[in-house]
Amino acid sequence: MGTFALQMKGITKVFPGVKALDNVTFSVRKGEIHALCGENGAGKSTLMKILSGVYPVGTYSGQILINGEAVFFKSIKESRQAGVSIIYQELALVEEMTVAENLFLSHDLMRQKVINWNKINAEAQKWLSNIGLNIDPQTKVGDLTVGKQQLIEIAKALTNKTDILILDEPTAALTESDVEILIGLLKDLRSKGVTCIYISHKLGEVMTLADTVTILRDGQTISTDPIKELSEDKIVTKMVGRELTELFPYQARLIGESILQVENYSSFEAHSGKSIIKNVSFTLKKGEILGFSGLMGAGRSELFTSLFGGLKGKKQGKVIIDGKETNIQKPADAIQEGLAYVSEDRKRYGLILGMDIAKNSTLVALNKVMKFNIIDDALEVKRADEITRKMKLKAPSLETKVGQLSGGNQQKVVLSKWILNNPKILILDEPTRGIDVGAKYEIYKIINELAEQGVGIVIISSELPEVLGMSDRILVMTEGSISGEFTRKEATQEKIMACATGGKIREQSIAY
Amino acid sequence: MNNPLPTNANVIPKENKKLSFKLDFQAYTLIIALVLIALIFGFFTNGEFLSSRNLSNLFTQMSVVAVLAIGMTLIIVAGHIDLSIGSLVGLTGGIAAILQVWFGMNTVVVVIVAVAVGALVGLWQGWWVAYRAVPAFIVTLGGMLIFRGILIGISEGQTIAPLNNSFKLIGNSYLPYSIGYIIAAISVVLLFVSTARMRAKRQSMGLAVPSTFVDYGKVAVYSFFTLLITYMLNRYLGIPISMLIAVSFAGLFLFVSLKTSFGRYVYAIGGNAEAAALSGINIKRNVLYVFILMGALAGVAGVLLTSRLNAATVSAGNMLELDVIAACVIGGTSLMGGKGKIMGAIIGALIMASIDNGMSMMNIETFWQYIVKGSILIFAVWLDISSKK
Repeated sequence: MGTFALQMKGITKVFPGVKALDNVTFSVRKGEIHALCGENGAGKSTLMKILSGVYPVGTYSGQILINGEAVFFKSIKESRQAGVSIIYQELALVEEMTVAENLFLSHDLMRQKVINWNKINAEAQKWLSNIGLNIDPQTKVGDLTVGKQQLIEIAKALTNKTDILILDEPTAALTESDVEILIGLLKDLRSKGVTCIYISHKLGEVMTLADTVTILRDGQTISTDPIKELSEDKIVTKMVGRELTELFPYQARLIGESILQVENYSSFEAHSGKSIIKNVSFTLKKGEILGFSGLMGAGRSELFTSLFGGLKGKKQGKVIIDGKETNIQKPADAIQEGLAYVSEDRKRYGLILGMDIAKNSTLVALNKVMKFNIIDDALEVKRADEITRKMKLKAPSLETKVGQLSGGNQQKVVLSKWILNNPKILILDEPTRGIDVGAKYEIYKIINELAEQGVGIVIISSELPEVLGMSDRILVMTEGSISGEFTRKEATQEKIMACATGGKIREQSIAY
Repeated sequence: MNNPLPTNANVIPKENKKLSFKLDFQAYTLIIALVLIALIFGFFTNGEFLSSRNLSNLFTQMSVVAVLAIGMTLIIVAGHIDLSIGSLVGLTGGIAAILQVWFGMNTVVVVIVAVAVGALVGLWQGWWVAYRAVPAFIVTLGGMLIFRGILIGISEGQTIAPLNNSFKLIGNSYLPYSIGYIIAAISVVLLFVSTARMRAKRQSMGLAVPSTFVDYGKVAVYSFFTLLITYMLNRYLGIPISMLIAVSFAGLFLFVSLKTSFGRYVYAIGGNAEAAALSGINIKRNVLYVFILMGALAGVAGVLLTSRLNAATVSAGNMLELDVIAACVIGGTSLMGGKGKIMGAIIGALIMASIDNGMSMMNIETFWQYIVKGSILIFAVWLDISSKK
């Protein structure tokens, strides 16, 4: 473990309005497992996209050296040829094809005029046994578990001569036994000299697996330390150790009586019947901002999509709104009950991008701009104008297509759409994701104003400072159930992080 | 085109006049294309293409495609497609003819039955698409075969003719000159009044009002064409009833698409079904309605076609869906869904009919007509896609 397999020096990457990476330095020694840690939005993915050529040379500043030689990747293909393979959280396998076909999809063996299937299957068998998988290479990939598919992805990377293997949240969707196999495989690869960059939120895994840990925060390198000098707590502190500044315009408010009561709520996946939400109970009060924290995939979005009637599949438990038990089956029912849901993916679930601002903003409350069941154009424009002014929307005109707006302004259109309907309960899922600081502040102010008016507000956010800065009370979810509750006073980033990553993962790491 | 309703363009605040001109560019290119086509055919036919007699023919011919294109616009905007309408036009027209010629039923009953059968078939197809999630392409491709099969079965492969005089009149009669002028005059007045009212209302609400010149200029242009077309048609036999029917449906559906929640929801569903669903819109029911309307309009078109030909044949309406889809696409409707205008589809229908009619007048062989129409279709879609960048 002497020389560096990879050195990234002074990497700076700017997106319109946001500096995603600021003079980042990242050096990985040959043959080590190097963990890259940081909060969501810290810049990990951006850094890896630069390394793998997704963002081609010229779109960032800084230098990349592989084995001491400067490289300039213009595409993913070029980084592949240099031996860099990246495996994303979302797998890129063709489910309808066999394991062997997937393994050699972009391999020279497949680029023959006549494909020698016997050879491919034999080769595949060899690679599978190499990574300790005992399956028939002619199995369809779609028939394998996600964990096995993950291993196939790694095998696929290895068949294409990989020197640097990057794994982005590889265990997010895996069961415990699959995680164990994966960790075993990575340790095995290390002994064979493959360099591995491991991105994970699960600090237990990082502690068992990594040799070195680099921590990013707000697009900057905070530290690179050997694992011996670190503990989970130290990593958490470094990850979140930013001071809470004036970014959050919090004011103590009068909190009223309960507006939403959820009792023993469970929800199941429509096809598999797998339990997604397990026995969740909580109360939301009028004028209260309730933060929901947790790791990605902890079930926060699923809980509220389900409460909103947006998920198919069986549900159990009681939902009481304003003292009345409700039976919400579809979003229209939820809207009727006074719920509003600003989803985490505004482009996919929030907006009709090809429609103009006025029409998007009146989509939920269309009946408020109709007279005798006929849309009153002038009234519609007037209402849209009023609400978008309130949201401080910046756009050339109300007839501008929403797709042409910036992220922050798009989010303001989504908020307009829901607030125009005067909701009693407003659910905000990642309300400021991908939004610049200025627009964030305006959105926070709007949220506070609404709370002041007595709207019950839920903020689901993966950004800890946001949850801490905005909420009166914070609930933490882990694997589909609520694992902790903190008041504004007692909550700290460390406590929440420990609660979110806690319990199980720590036990697991001991077991290894 | 006779369009008594204000288009959506009125809601543009004053400060964005420039932008609005840019956005309407596509509408203008359509009209420019239409004028070019008219001039070219006019030139090659020594003006015969633009004669009153030929215009009358042209508008009669386009009415079937126009009625269908109205429904198809909604279908495509909702993100679906209907390949069965050619067969459905044949089937509904055939049922009308069978009931009248073989069973002696009167015209009113026969027309109602034809439209009702169309709506029922639409309900059936819509159910498969909306509630059973079978792609519309497949459902209506199946429908295309099924309805043609039923038509051949019930008509026993025969041509059914002749129909009663009253039925024949639907597709082959004309408005008296005076009534033609009166209707044209009323539409012009309505156009002015509604524009003035819209402006007054916006002013009273304190909203920006588009410039007087732009607003009334548009109205003046529409009025001029309304009166010119009426004059030209009155020089021959008058406004064809079938054209009046097509224009009335266009007006009705223009209203539905712009001024009702149903219309708005159709655009929202086609634009982004997931976002529409989370906004509380009932996707399935609205898609079902769209298919019912399409079916009913196919019934209307079936009646028009059978009436004009004074006969129902087993091949009536064959391949009509392609003309109709082409009309919509040329008119700016995007096959990706969420975008499209009824008026565009009407102009598209007029362009398609003009090409048919003009090329026939120039004695160009039929095979060329297929080639030209096919090429125009591809070109129109390419234009749509390349303008999206």
